[in-house]
Amino acid sequence: MRTIDLSKSSLRELNEDLHRQNSGANESSWEILNPRGAHAVAVGIDAPISINVKGSVGYYCAGMNKQAAVTVHGSAGPGVAENMMSGKVVIKGDASQYAGATGRGGLLVIEGNASSRCGISMKGIDIVVKGNIGHMSAFMAQSGHLVVCGDAGDALGDSIYEAKLFVRGSVKSLGSDCLEKEMRPEHHEALTKLLKDAGLNGVKSNEFKRYGSARKLYNFNIDNADAY
Amino acid sequence: MCGIVGLFIKNQALEPQLGSLVSKMLGTMCERGPDSAGFAVYGTPSKGKSKITLQSAEPASFQGLPERIKKELGVATDLTIKSSHAVLTLASDKLDTVRDWIRTNVPQIRIMGAGEAIEIYKEVGYPTDVANRFELSKMTGSHAIGHTRMATESAVTTLGAHPFSTGPDQCLVHNGSLSNHNSLRRELARDGIRFETENDTEVAAAYITWRMKQGLNLGDALRGTIDDLDGFFNFVVGTKNGFGVVRDPIACKPAVMAETDDYVAFGSEYRALVNLPDIDKAHVWEPEPATVYFWER
Repeated sequence: MRTIDLSKSSLRELNEDLHRQNSGANESSWEILNPRGAHAVAVGIDAPISINVKGSVGYYCAGMNKQAAVTVHGSAGPGVAENMMSGKVVIKGDASQYAGATGRGGLLVIEGNASSRCGISMKGIDIVVKGNIGHMSAFMAQSGHLVVCGDAGDALGDSIYEAKLFVRGSVKSLGSDCLEKEMRPEHHEALTKLLKDAGLNGVKSNEFKRYGSARKLYNFNIDNADAY
Repeated sequence: MCGIVGLFIKNQALEPQLGSLVSKMLGTMCERGPDSAGFAVYGTPSKGKSKITLQSAEPASFQGLPERIKKELGVATDLTIKSSHAVLTLASDKLDTVRDWIRTNVPQIRIMGAGEAIEIYKEVGYPTDVANRFELSKMTGSHAIGHTRMATESAVTTLGAHPFSTGPDQCLVHNGSLSNHNSLRRELARDGIRFETENDTEVAAAYITWRMKQGLNLGDALRGTIDDLDGFFNFVVGTKNGFGVVRDPIACKPAVMAETDDYVAFGSEYRALVNLPDIDKAHVWEPEPATVYFWER
């Protein structure tokens, strides 16, 4: 196992080292010590390696991640796993705003709460939050799944496209063009798999409600022409 | 951008470390606001005494000030000069008289703030340089608020730096920008509030002062900002014995708080909090949008 102590080596050295890893990487297990809220920890990895970050991180941790499994044993600042492509990112604590923003693939698990704008403009990423999420989450979300085991804040799914949202608790308010939809068998199946992948074995898919697009906003409606 | 740090001590045993802790916190926020910095420190008040913090681009203008005040007003004062700032200590009942006299007779000296506990220092320059210049790390007291500024709304000047103080022992720092500050400034000016700058943040500080003059407590005054101020803001506010935090409903400016039995701390980022004692055991959370937090002792 490789151990990198950020109180001794620089963030740039760490990320350069991580960028040298590829699909044939021999060093498959990494540990990062003393992140102390540093920005851009483990950003831009493209290798099937596993990374444990021992402490809380600042902005943009594990951004653009491909293939790697990154676990943060602490909380994450704004933009964790932003534009993730594949792999898995787990935050043991809370995540700040716009977690998983614009993500295209992979799984982001937040074991605490996520704040505002979680999954904003998500494009295929799956996000599972064990706690609550803040306001304006899944704004303009295009595809992928957002699973919330707690409550959702104001304006959930505003201007949403085709992402699927599952919330177990309450939703403070729905955003424009977002509504509750029926849970069909394929939704139970997809949700059950996501909960299992996130390690939430005791949670049942029938405890959730599904929300998605009313599809009235993203196609131009000629009846609204006078409004422009 | 801009960076904010704040520390409100609950356990008096930590008071001697206030300056050194806040100095380290401020140092972590240099990148968020490299153009100027400032801080307000609330020391232990002495009975019947008040302090006026003065600033001058020509520190020579401080020379002989206590003698002039004694001669003109018959008021005894004590002056401590720190670089471009100076703290004038005097009997509390003479505060208004002396402050008005300085404004009229020594126009090159600016009043940064006044009160029984507060001292305010702010300057253009890299935040760690500003903190060293005024020896922040040696200061002691019950609470302190610091700010690193990346200017957006008004010029990079000493008076444009934060904190802003518009009332006795009050100060406010801001990350964000306000869009209705001009109309609100006119309204407050009509009600007799005095403004030193064209800065948006000064209006927010004055708004809190105005509300508290109307009899509101710190919490209710902060709650008013959510309805009456338009724009982006994280405010951290100090009063003689209080410390408050509020974020606008959109809450896109970053904020993290930590609380232990010994202190409450605010940072724009978690980095600002990592040097605090027992931070690993602290309750760390992101303050909710449109929610007022305040502590008093």
